[in-house]
Amino acid sequence: MNSYEAAITRVHHEEWARVVASLAKRFGDLDIAEEAAAEAFATAVERWPETGVPPNPGAWLTTTANRKAIDRLRRETKRDDKHKEAQMRYEEPPEPLGAIDDERLRLIFTCCHPALAMETRVALTLRMVAGLTVPEIARAFLVQETAMGQRITRAKAKIKAANIPYRVPSAEDLPTRVSGVLAVLFLVFNEGYLASSADTDPVRQELTAEAIRLTRLIRTLLPADGEVAGLLALMLLTEARRTARVSATGELVSLDEQDRGSWDTTLIAEGHQLVRERLAARVRPGRYQILAAINAVHTSARDARDTDWSQVVALYDQLRVLDPSPIVALNHAIAMAELDGPDVALAAIDRLEPRLAAYHPYHAARADLLRRLGRSQESRTAYDKAIALTANTAETAYLTRRRSQLS
Amino acid sequence: MQYLVSVIDDTPNSATDAEMVAIDAFNDGLIADGHWVFAGGLAAPDSATVIDNTGAAPIFTDGPFVESKEYLAGFWVMEAPDLDVALKLAAAGSKACNRRVEVRPFL
Repeated sequence: MNSYEAAITRVHHEEWARVVASLAKRFGDLDIAEEAAAEAFATAVERWPETGVPPNPGAWLTTTANRKAIDRLRRETKRDDKHKEAQMRYEEPPEPLGAIDDERLRLIFTCCHPALAMETRVALTLRMVAGLTVPEIARAFLVQETAMGQRITRAKAKIKAANIPYRVPSAEDLPTRVSGVLAVLFLVFNEGYLASSADTDPVRQELTAEAIRLTRLIRTLLPADGEVAGLLALMLLTEARRTARVSATGELVSLDEQDRGSWDTTLIAEGHQLVRERLAARVRPGRYQILAAINAVHTSARDARDTDWSQVVALYDQLRVLDPSPIVALNHAIAMAELDGPDVALAAIDRLEPRLAAYHPYHAARADLLRRLGRSQESRTAYDKAIALTANTAETAYLTRRRSQLS
Repeated sequence: MQYLVSVIDDTPNSATDAEMVAIDAFNDGLIADGHWVFAGGLAAPDSATVIDNTGAAPIFTDGPFVESKEYLAGFWVMEAPDLDVALKLAAAGSKACNRRVEVRPFL
């Protein structure tokens, strides 16, 4: 990559959301905003190698994109009726300010509107806010490019037709709407951390990095929100272990077998700081804050044997009150195995079977407990079920090796 | 802009007295705040007749155009500046009539 390509890539990363957001605000149309922003970046790719990178690339791109959008609207006006031009000349209507006035945040909240399906919110956020291409998003979520393109097009059409407002919700709506935004960012992060496809890398750093970047953005705008801080801490403490998580041979490395020396201490320090900050706030923690605290316990132990399991179990107890889902119950039982033994944990896990029969971590956890109890034959069957249900290559390799080690 | 808020039902029972009181209060609020355009309840789908006059002569068919467990029991047409406002009104409407509702924008 030459220096101009590197500069454009960096500027794209840093400025895409800002350019799209400022155009969306001016023209009130996500389609126009996105296409004009894309054209402006294309122009930059052509021009900058000759003219050099402008001193303020973000401003250059916004100006260029604005011009492209106006050109496009003019062309359409000539073809169609006069109403587009009227719309262009129309003074920007005074908008009531939301709880926070930030264009990028408005864009995120528009893309994560509760009237859009969750999968659509994720796709639209990746496209409009993170600037991922449609083929990239399609690959991330295992769907055909045309299907993903249609989904994004339909979402933009619904935003336009139903008049989904381009604004940050009012203060009273913010807590409920933020939770949807955080859920989208957590999905993006998880897809990066454990890719669900056999056709991609087992860990997709571009997705985890993007989720962290966007969560940081939300945090700068909502610094007092405990769940935003909690999700950021959770992502940082998880990301800190990313490189230790897959071996040189492409096999998943479980938490107790990871080389803790290769964990990212800077990310861990920042994550711990956020968790301490939330503890000091003395406000009842939400789901992400509790998950972050669990990860803080894990990342505090220099050796897996030093893990404070009673703390982990206590945190899962707290989480189960907030989120009585079978997945939380499963993780609670896995932690219990370290405290009360595999037989107690297995009894707890077996009770979850009707609800988790299709969830591969259920079978993987069960296989591990059966192995520890010396019930090899049953363990092998459970490993087989887990392997059949996962597509992640690193996880398949790990489970296959564990199965082969059974007596 | 205007939104159609459709009331979804699956039993032909009309609204109870308590629901009617709540709906009236809700409607008064819509009128007072400038959101009211029109509203109405509909008779059960088995009272419907479908007419097809796209051919040479009109054909009349007994029954609704689509058979489904759930059907349109009534509707509001509301004036709202954007979907967020429409959703808030529709949520209050659903509470008032004690049924699920669907929100769709007019073109």
